Formats: sequence, structure tokens, C-alpha cells
Amino acid sequence: MSETGVPLADLPASIRPQRRTASGWRFQGVLPKLVLAPSVFGVGIAVYGFMIFTFYLSLTNSRMLPDLTFAGFSNYVNIWNLDTWNTSLINVAIFTALYLALCVAIGLGLAILLDQRIRGEAAFRTIYLYPMALSFIVTGVAWRWFLDPGIGLQNAVRNWGWESFTFNWIQDNDLAIYTIVIAAVWQSSGFAMAVFLAGMRSIDNEVIKAAQIDGATPFHLYRRIIVPHLRPAFLSVFIVLINLAIRVYDLVVAMTNGGPGRATFMPAMFMFSYTFDRQRMATGATSAIIMTVMVAAIVVPYVLFELKQDRQS
Amino acid sequence: MSRRAEAAMAPISNTVARRLVYLVLVIFAIYYLAPLYVMVVNSLKSLDEIREGGILSPPTVFTLEAWIKAWDTAQVGVTAGGLKIYFLNSVEIVVPAVILSTLLGALNGYVLTKWRFRGDGFFFGMILLACFVPYQMILIPMARTLGFLGLQGTIAGLVLVHVVYGIGFTTLFFRNYYAAFPNELIRSAHIDGAGFFRILWYILLPNSGPIIVVSVIWQFTNIWNDFLFGVTFGGFNSMPLMMALNNLVNTSTSVKEYNVDFAGAILAALPTLVVYVVSGRYFVRGLMSGAVKG
Repeated sequence: MSETGVPLADLPASIRPQRRTASGWRFQGVLPKLVLAPSVFGVGIAVYGFMIFTFYLSLTNSRMLPDLTFAGFSNYVNIWNLDTWNTSLINVAIFTALYLALCVAIGLGLAILLDQRIRGEAAFRTIYLYPMALSFIVTGVAWRWFLDPGIGLQNAVRNWGWESFTFNWIQDNDLAIYTIVIAAVWQSSGFAMAVFLAGMRSIDNEVIKAAQIDGATPFHLYRRIIVPHLRPAFLSVFIVLINLAIRVYDLVVAMTNGGPGRATFMPAMFMFSYTFDRQRMATGATSAIIMTVMVAAIVVPYVLFELKQDRQS
Repeated sequence: MSRRAEAAMAPISNTVARRLVYLVLVIFAIYYLAPLYVMVVNSLKSLDEIREGGILSPPTVFTLEAWIKAWDTAQVGVTAGGLKIYFLNSVEIVVPAVILSTLLGALNGYVLTKWRFRGDGFFFGMILLACFVPYQMILIPMARTLGFLGLQGTIAGLVLVHVVYGIGFTTLFFRNYYAAFPNELIRSAHIDGAGFFRILWYILLPNSGPIIVVSVIWQFTNIWNDFLFGVTFGGFNSMPLMMALNNLVNTSTSVKEYNVDFAGAILAALPTLVVYVVSGRYFVRGLMSGAVKG
């Protein structure tokens, strides 16, 4: 055993320290941990500590300021009596389902089409992916006016002579949520395309050639060989996009600010509004916990999978 | 396993089908470009022309008025100074936050791959979760903590927040990159007497160019585009650009100036767009490392 408490044998041979002087070795043994310490400390407090704090707040009756008197789980019951919360959950469910389905469909479709030895592939890829570099606020501003009946697409088509053309979803209580989907898919589907295309390009050429020699039609080739090989890519796209979808906030703020009425209100907006505007901090904390449970149900298995893979390699 | 730089043979080879493929690709290119086109074109028009000619027609008279107004004089919330102040705020937030989080990521990645110790996997997993925590979870305690530290509403506070929640990604980038770096080099340097920092400085960092670029671009894009932290932790004197842009668009004036909104949106998007166009390859790599196991 070394003086630092780390068994020398446990260190990879590559970096097992050469003992020079006792103090020098001790320093070199502690130094890496010292270097890592600020990050571990910072994340420990700002992620884990804060999560515990927020969870505790959800068990209190805090309003404008934290009130640490324990009040049980009543918030978790009462939140379901709030129409705004139920509406925002329905909205985020619709949004997430459509956003995922469309991003995957468009991303996979474009990746397959781009995989046909396309002239100008790099230019197409650049065009499909650039929205990902824009913020959700910029995306929201662009689509908000583009879809605004008075100034945007509807007005433009009417100016061309089609007087009765109507496209006013963004002001329609039932349809506004789909305009958020359109903008979000515009922003992120290029990302799905890039992940799928990278997945396709990492498939062994020999496999594809063999299938082609065996007479596989393009449809069969993609259905039976290439798409099944994309399972890791599907997993990545799903996790990243679900994570984005449940947290969607900026885009809605910039496009509709939750309206018309509550038609596009989302859980992330609920959390912000109840905590900071309506001074019902405990309810805000409760909504944050529920959102996190939804995200965690998806992300935790992924992290465990990553770590397992890591140990194997 | 041979990685394909491009499709080995085009699985779809029929001429008519290939024309259709190009047609679909072009239609989607139009879908992706349309909002950008609308923003650029209308930011160069006068308000009258937007109303008369519609949003899709190119400008007949080019004018930079909307751009100048968005930058210099537009009403943002209660002040009328355009976006320029907030642009600078964002720069003041982004620069230190990107440098610090990338530096910490490099150090962490170095320790976690080349100076491994018992339990390092646990610490990596722990730091990694910072990438995934829904920010709604930490808004309340972070606001309290920043208030306690006297940092609520300050640039320094926003820098701190962005660094803490950026470490997860930067550590992931550097750890995966350094894991592939040959240990023999580290060992021989160590035998020659080089210590922790000398090895990092003289051996690893000179070979870290690509991953530094990935990390910087990733952090720059995320922090520049941030809205939630800005709204929650920013103050009157530290309001970042995205928040100001949202205020600009929502400030009720007697006449809605779409051209100014569009010019402001492009101004806000320009830095990340330029980074993307200049170094898209690294941008994509960052996205991939965040998604596909990098």
C-alpha cells in the first residue's frame, strides 16, 4: 500500500508513479484528486445538493421564500387539481410525441436520401443542420412572424392572388401546439439526420456489398440491413430529443408565450411561472420534481449503459 | 471494418428515382432555408414594404435602417439602446465561462484517464449527470445561493452557473479523447521525471487541438444561446442577448416593427452561425459526442 491509501497495484501500469522521494510521491498521488476536487465539489452541490433541496421544498408550503417546515406530500396531490398543470402535461405529451416522430422520420429519410452518392452532399448537410446552431429564441422569433397570419405566410399567399388561403394555426387554441412542433422539428431534425448518417457511414462496406451481390433491392437493403444497424443511433436521437422536449421553454416563450390562452403552456413554463411570478415556490418545486422523474426514467438507464460499456472496454 | 467516407455504391440507381431523390432533398433544403431567408430579406426592407409586398418577396429598396435600429436605438423593455449593450453582456459572460469550463474539462479528462484512482468511475458518472439534470430542478436553490453570495443578477453569477453546468459536457469530451491517447508516451515522460502538470502541458495539450475546438464551440453555442439562466439569474445590468431579443420582440410599441425584430434575431444568431459555417465539422463532432458514444 502506498502512503496515499491508493494501492499501487490498482493503478494502471502506464502511470504507476516512480517512487523518487517520499514527499514527491505523496504529492503526485494526491494532486490528481486535488485537481478533480473543485468539479466534484461544484457538481456535488449544484446538482445533487440542489436536487435534494428542491425535493425538500416540494414537501413544504413555501411561497415567496423557502419555508422549511415539513408539510408532507400534499403538493403532489394538489398539483393535479390545477388546470394549468394538466394542460401543460397534455401539451408536452403531444409535443414530445410529434416532435420525436417527425424528427426521426425526417432525419432518417434525409439520411437515406443523402446516402445515395449525392452531388453536393456537404452543402445539403450544412443546410439541414444549421438551425441547430440557432437559439430557440431566434427560432421562435423567426417562426412566430413567419406563421403570423397578418404578416407571414398567409398574407404572402393572399398577396399572390389566393385570397381565401388561410393558415392561422398559431392563433388557434387547438392548433397552436402544432406550430411549436413545426418550429422545433425545423430546429432539431437536422441533428437526427446527422446522427443517422454517421451511423450509416460506420456500417461495414462488405456487409452492404454482400447483400447487394445477393440481389437485395434498395428497399430490402435499408429495411433488413442498414436500419437495424442504426440501433445505437436511434437510442442517442431518442434520448437527446426527449431530453430537449420535456425541457422545452425558450421556444414557446418566444413563439406564443404559452398562448393563445394556455394552448401551448408547458411544464417548464409552469415551473417558472409558479415559482417566480406567482410565488408558489413549493408547487413550482413539485412540478420540477415530476419533470425530473420523467426525464430520469429515460436518461438513467442510458448513463448506466454508458458506464457498463465503459467498464467492458 | 472499413468506415465509409461516402456511400460505397448508390443503392438507388434508377435514373427517374434519383431525380426524385434530388427533388425531395431540394424541397427540404427550401424548408430549412425559408425562415432564414425571411429573416434576412425582411430585415433589409422598410416596414411599409413588408406590409405591401409581403414577407416572401425580396426587397426592392435595400435599407440597413432596421439593423442600425436593432443594434443602437430600439426599445428593449424600458430602455431604448438597442441590443448592443446586451451583445456585450453576452460576450462578457461567454468568454470566461467557455475558457473556465474547457480548462476544467481538460483537467478532469486528464485525471480520469491518465491518473486513475480507485472510484474514479464513480466521480465520472457523478459529473456526467450534470449534463442531464433538468435545469428546473436547480433554479430555486441556485437563485438562493447566488443571492447569498451576492452574485444574483451579476455577470459573474451567470459565468459561475454556466461553468458548473458545463463541466459535465467538457469532461465527457476530454475524457473520451484522452482515453484514446497512448499511455506509453505518458509513462516514458514519467520515467524521465515529468510530473502531473508537465505531462499535461508538454504532451497532452499540444495534441488536444481538435477536442479543444469541439469543447469551445459546444460551450460557446450553448451559453450564447441560453435563455433560461439569463431570465432566472440575470439582472438589469447583466441581461444576456437572448433575453434582450425576446424583450425587443415583446416590447409593445404603437407600430410593430417586424424588420427590426428580424434584424435583431439575425444579430443574435450571427456569432453562432459564423462559428457553424466556419467550423461545422467540429460543431457536428460536439453534437455527436453529446449523443453517440463519442
